[in-house]
Amino acid sequence: MEHATGFVLPNSGHNRDAEASKMGMWLFLFTELLLFGGLFLVYMVYRMLNPEAFLLSSFELNITLGTINTVVLLVSSMTIAMSITAIMRGDSKKSVLLLYLTLAASVIFMIIKFFEWSAKINYGYFPGMEVYQNLPDGESLFFFLYFFMTGLHALHVIIGAVLIAVVIYRTQKGLVTAQKYTLTENAGLYWHLVDLIWIFLFPLLYLIH
Amino acid sequence: MATAVATDLNFFQVKRGFFSWIFSIDHKRIGLLYMYSLITFFLVGATLGVLMRLELLNPGKDFLEAQTYNQVFTLHGVIMIFLFIIPSIPAVFGNFFLPIMIGTDDVAFPRLNLLSWWLYIIGALMALSTLVFGDGPADTGWTFYAPYSVNTSTNVTISVLAAFVLGFSSILTGLNFIVTIHRLRTPGMTFMKMPLFAWSLYATSWIQLLATPIIGITLMMIVAERVFGVGLFDPSIGGDPILYQHLFWIYSHPAVYIMALPAFGIISELLPTFSQRTIFGYSAIAFSSLAIAFIGYFVWGHHMFTSGMSGPARIIFSILTFLVAIPTAIKVFNWVATLYKGSINVQPPLLYALAFIFQFSVGGLTGVVLGALAADIHLHDTYFVVGHFHYVMFGGAGFAFFGALHYWIPKIWGRMYNIRVANIAFSILFVGFNVLYFPMLVVGLMGMPRRYYDYLPEFHLPNMISTYGSWILAVGLLLMLGNLIVGVRKGKKVGRNPWNGITLEWQTPSPPPLQNFDKMPELPKGGPYDFKQE
Ligand code: HEM
Ligand SMILES: [Cu+2]
Repeated sequence: MEHATGFVLPNSGHNRDAEASKMGMWLFLFTELLLFGGLFLVYMVYRMLNPEAFLLSSFELNITLGTINTVVLLVSSMTIAMSITAIMRGDSKKSVLLLYLTLAASVIFMIIKFFEWSAKINYGYFPGMEVYQNLPDGESLFFFLYFFMTGLHALHVIIGAVLIAVVIYRTQKGLVTAQKYTLTENAGLYWHLVDLIWIFLFPLLYLIH
Repeated sequence: MATAVATDLNFFQVKRGFFSWIFSIDHKRIGLLYMYSLITFFLVGATLGVLMRLELLNPGKDFLEAQTYNQVFTLHGVIMIFLFIIPSIPAVFGNFFLPIMIGTDDVAFPRLNLLSWWLYIIGALMALSTLVFGDGPADTGWTFYAPYSVNTSTNVTISVLAAFVLGFSSILTGLNFIVTIHRLRTPGMTFMKMPLFAWSLYATSWIQLLATPIIGITLMMIVAERVFGVGLFDPSIGGDPILYQHLFWIYSHPAVYIMALPAFGIISELLPTFSQRTIFGYSAIAFSSLAIAFIGYFVWGHHMFTSGMSGPARIIFSILTFLVAIPTAIKVFNWVATLYKGSINVQPPLLYALAFIFQFSVGGLTGVVLGALAADIHLHDTYFVVGHFHYVMFGGAGFAFFGALHYWIPKIWGRMYNIRVANIAFSILFVGFNVLYFPMLVVGLMGMPRRYYDYLPEFHLPNMISTYGSWILAVGLLLMLGNLIVGVRKGKKVGRNPWNGITLEWQTPSPPPLQNFDKMPELPKGGPYDFKQE
């Protein structure tokens, strides 16, 4: 190791520091919120400029599927929180099991999204398709924002799922323990963010009438 | 503690070879990687600038087509803003010196730090790749205003994606610094005992975190509009181009403070050292940084006075803009007061600091002129603006960067450059800079618009003078860099503390060892700038 020899400071940047990792994660989540914040802003502006068109198009969205997905994410937020409690108590088996459940939820979410999207694409509502090109301006904006926002969110779901898979792997290898579980906590924070953003997206796109 | 075997090896010596650098997680090496890459891009950008000035030597077309000229100023702007001045001081000197100045051995997330350099390089290569394929570099100006940016056939998409990647790199650096400052200060160093450079980086990092995501998502929307033909910003298909301007400036005005605050931090280090006197108004300087960061977030509208905004909105933005001048002026007065009755030691870094104060004041005051609603209607998009922002970014932040180079190079390499040559180079630079940019303010007031390769004959004289200035400046730059390079290789060896500085980096050997310190650093008793002790 580079740091094996010579004088070493007590406050080294190479020490393990759970507080620092968590602080870093919080700051990162903050930037993520702002990223979506910019999008929400744009959405609100265009909604105000085209109230009719946005209303009409929002009727095209499938509220049932949206609701199911909301429930799926809420439940998964709970399972990952429980998984953190489990690892804090040293029960890594239970922790892993709950992480698997969270992972399963993310897969279910994506499958449902897939069906939702393909239905819209079948109608030709995807930006660039023929039907889309002929929509009135406001409606095409709505569908663009719909795909852009849910797409970006889905990307976060996938990243979150990969992160959870990593936590599962490392927990099973014994690298995450009751003394050292920042990784699980950070994955949890990230997953709550994914959930939180959906909680904003869902009413914005599906519910406001 | 340890069996001090290898402490006499400095951080250059512990490992050798190209790969030990580009994959290093040592903050000092990463700082130097940034230094080499930044200066390279700066030279490319400066060459483009000198080319533009050459075209403008005489009215009419000299050697650049109108279209080429548009692409040149855009590439010049993109390089100077995104590749040079935004990362400049934090990425180079923040990386190298922040951990040392707060008495630790690295940033909080060393690997993330390396990742941000890689992202920077990837972004830079993307930006430069626009030169070689398709219709060449973007011709929109560095602001990528819609709707032109969604219609032009030049490589806007790649440039915009490059800016996105660079933004990500900037966020990661900011995040890293915030956590480092919170978690890794040496025992006994409270926030109010931190060097002011660390304070300025702290404020800057928050702006990077708070503002950059907005530009990120905005640029993604430009890409989406270009790829899918969605009418987000193009009015002919239902978009709102003014919304783009809002989103763009919500980031890009705070970005001005991403450039300026670290420069303030540098000046606040240089003045105490070279007047051997404690800084005047420590907490006023520290908190005015936060105040600037905060107010700076609410003034973006002053870039849009002529874009169609309601009367009240314009007046509010104008007033808020004036408010920023207050904390800025507080700093300037504190700096000047620091010099008062100090035992001033005129060395190259101090000269750069003084030039900074002068040039930044010119930039700031012309900024107040532009912030005034009525004046801006007349001056918007004239050369007055070009003169103004070069005074701020180049005469201010750029000169602070050069000052920091002269201040810290002896620490980094343990060798001193030739002081006399450095003074001469400084004088040439200073003269060149002002001859180059002052005429721009004048010709702007006369009404010459920016972003044209041609101008009316009555603007000939100031343009000629300005172009001569660019040649003087170029000579100064080359002399300065040449002198530094020779100094780094062959200069006289210096000890730990050639300038008699007091912050912690002067307690460690030059160059520092890998772990930064060979013994526990000692804090000055009476605060970070207590020169009276002993
Ligand atoms: C060798 C030194 C430089 C020269 C000769 C130079 C020259 C110029 C000129 C002539 C223009 C105006 C183009 C026009 O409006 O027609 C320009 C634009 C610009 N310069 Fe520089 N410049 C130099 C250094 C810098 C530096 C150090 C920075 C930033 C730190 C900078 C940032 C910019 C920006 C942002 C623009 C605006 C580009 C646009 O309109 O989109 N320049 N420069
Ligand atoms: Cu501004």
